[in-house]
Amino acid sequence: MSTLSYQDAKKAVMKGFWLLFIVTLIEVFFSLMGKGHIPGINSVPTWLLWATAIIIIALSLYKAYFIVYEFMHMKYEVKMMAKTVLLPTLLLVWAIIAFFWEGDAWKDRRARIDGDTAKDRIEISGSGQQIGFNDVKIIE
Amino acid sequence: MATETVTHEHDEDLLKPDWSGGGEPFKASYGKLMMWYFLLSDAFTFAGFLIAYGSLRFSMPTWPVPDHVFQTHPFSFFPDSWQELPLIFVTIMSFLLIVSSVTMVRAVQEGHRENKSGVAFWMLMTIFGGLGFLGCQAWEWTNLIKTEGMTITKNPFSNHSEAGTYLSGDELLAAGFTAHEVTGDDDHSHAGDHGDGHHHHGMTTYYLAPGVTDDIAKNRFWVKEDHHGHVLAGESFDENQPYLITKHSGNPNYQFGAYKTADGNTITKEQFGPKAFGALFFFITGFHGFHVFSGVVFLLIIMINVMSGIYVKRRNGYEMVEKIGLYWHFVDLVWVFVFLVFYLL
Repeated sequence: MSTLSYQDAKKAVMKGFWLLFIVTLIEVFFSLMGKGHIPGINSVPTWLLWATAIIIIALSLYKAYFIVYEFMHMKYEVKMMAKTVLLPTLLLVWAIIAFFWEGDAWKDRRARIDGDTAKDRIEISGSGQQIGFNDVKIIE
Repeated sequence: MATETVTHEHDEDLLKPDWSGGGEPFKASYGKLMMWYFLLSDAFTFAGFLIAYGSLRFSMPTWPVPDHVFQTHPFSFFPDSWQELPLIFVTIMSFLLIVSSVTMVRAVQEGHRENKSGVAFWMLMTIFGGLGFLGCQAWEWTNLIKTEGMTITKNPFSNHSEAGTYLSGDELLAAGFTAHEVTGDDDHSHAGDHGDGHHHHGMTTYYLAPGVTDDIAKNRFWVKEDHHGHVLAGESFDENQPYLITKHSGNPNYQFGAYKTADGNTITKEQFGPKAFGALFFFITGFHGFHVFSGVVFLLIIMINVMSGIYVKRRNGYEMVEKIGLYWHFVDLVWVFVFLVFYLL
């Protein structure tokens, strides 16, 4: 187990609390900034939206690492035991890439189907305009 | 054990085959090791759910914006300008879980010191944290289901795919729409005062497009009102701006707000958001909430055992508390990712 003295261990726990607390606040701040909720930062360019997403994901992974290694004491377990638990989760890296890739492909197909068959948006002959199934054209 | 020297013990370990029994592979007890492997399998279950959420989100042209969906809170004493605080309530829920994780670590520490009352106290604090989280989740779900009308199959949250302006009832009538009243059959709570024919805000009036006679819910156009019942007719919106299809005045129907596209050529109305959102939200946060609930039950049982003194006799540093601690931290760990994908991104 922990080699720290009781007093030091108690201090380490409080340190852990403040760390998780502040990291969560930073995450929420970046999330709100990306969505344009922070006063003074109204229009957020796309690259900044991606940047905030990457920062938030990195901070969440850090929180996960901290909980597993400090709170769940993985740091103090036998190395090989830690590997038997942690390495299988690497399979998820491929699962995430494969499934998100597939999801993106579905979106392309959806767009193509919507464009081709136009089930709920029909083109008015000659006008070049598209109006929906529930749409009503305004007659001037 | 205590009388043997360290080197002697070490030599014995080397001579003894690993699987001959009596030893602990990985120097972890059977119970703790199996708790870790259970948590690994549980992590894959949650990962499966969250990856399904991600793939479906990637496959949709629009997706409900989380800061729009999760902006309500139960703090009615807040000033009016704070009625909508994106993500704040769910951040408080996250803090509750973090705090209960910290108190759990304290319980495990007191266990190593064989301090019975300390373990029981910090476990009780952990239980309070878990119950607080469950209470917040109950409020969040109630609000989404009762007030905002989200169900497993209906998602009233979406984003506009085009810019436009919400229309008033007069503008709809001028464009040739016909006005209709919600009948007592549709509107149970208003059945009593239906006879007078007067309805404030036009709340119970809906419109059908010219030539449309099929009076079914999805053909109905409504004058747009926001979550709090304020009429939004005349207000413009941009592409990608989030909206909520509202339900008001005890009217059980979803009220699809009528709007005119920015080019002024078309009158159309809001559509439901991606159908999968409700099912994903309720199943994933529900599965996590079920973990929190079962965690609270196990914490309660083990806390009672602690107080009964059963673990004092075992003299293993309250290992049972350590095992439920692993489970409880895992629940917090999963929330880190649920919070990430549902609320932050």
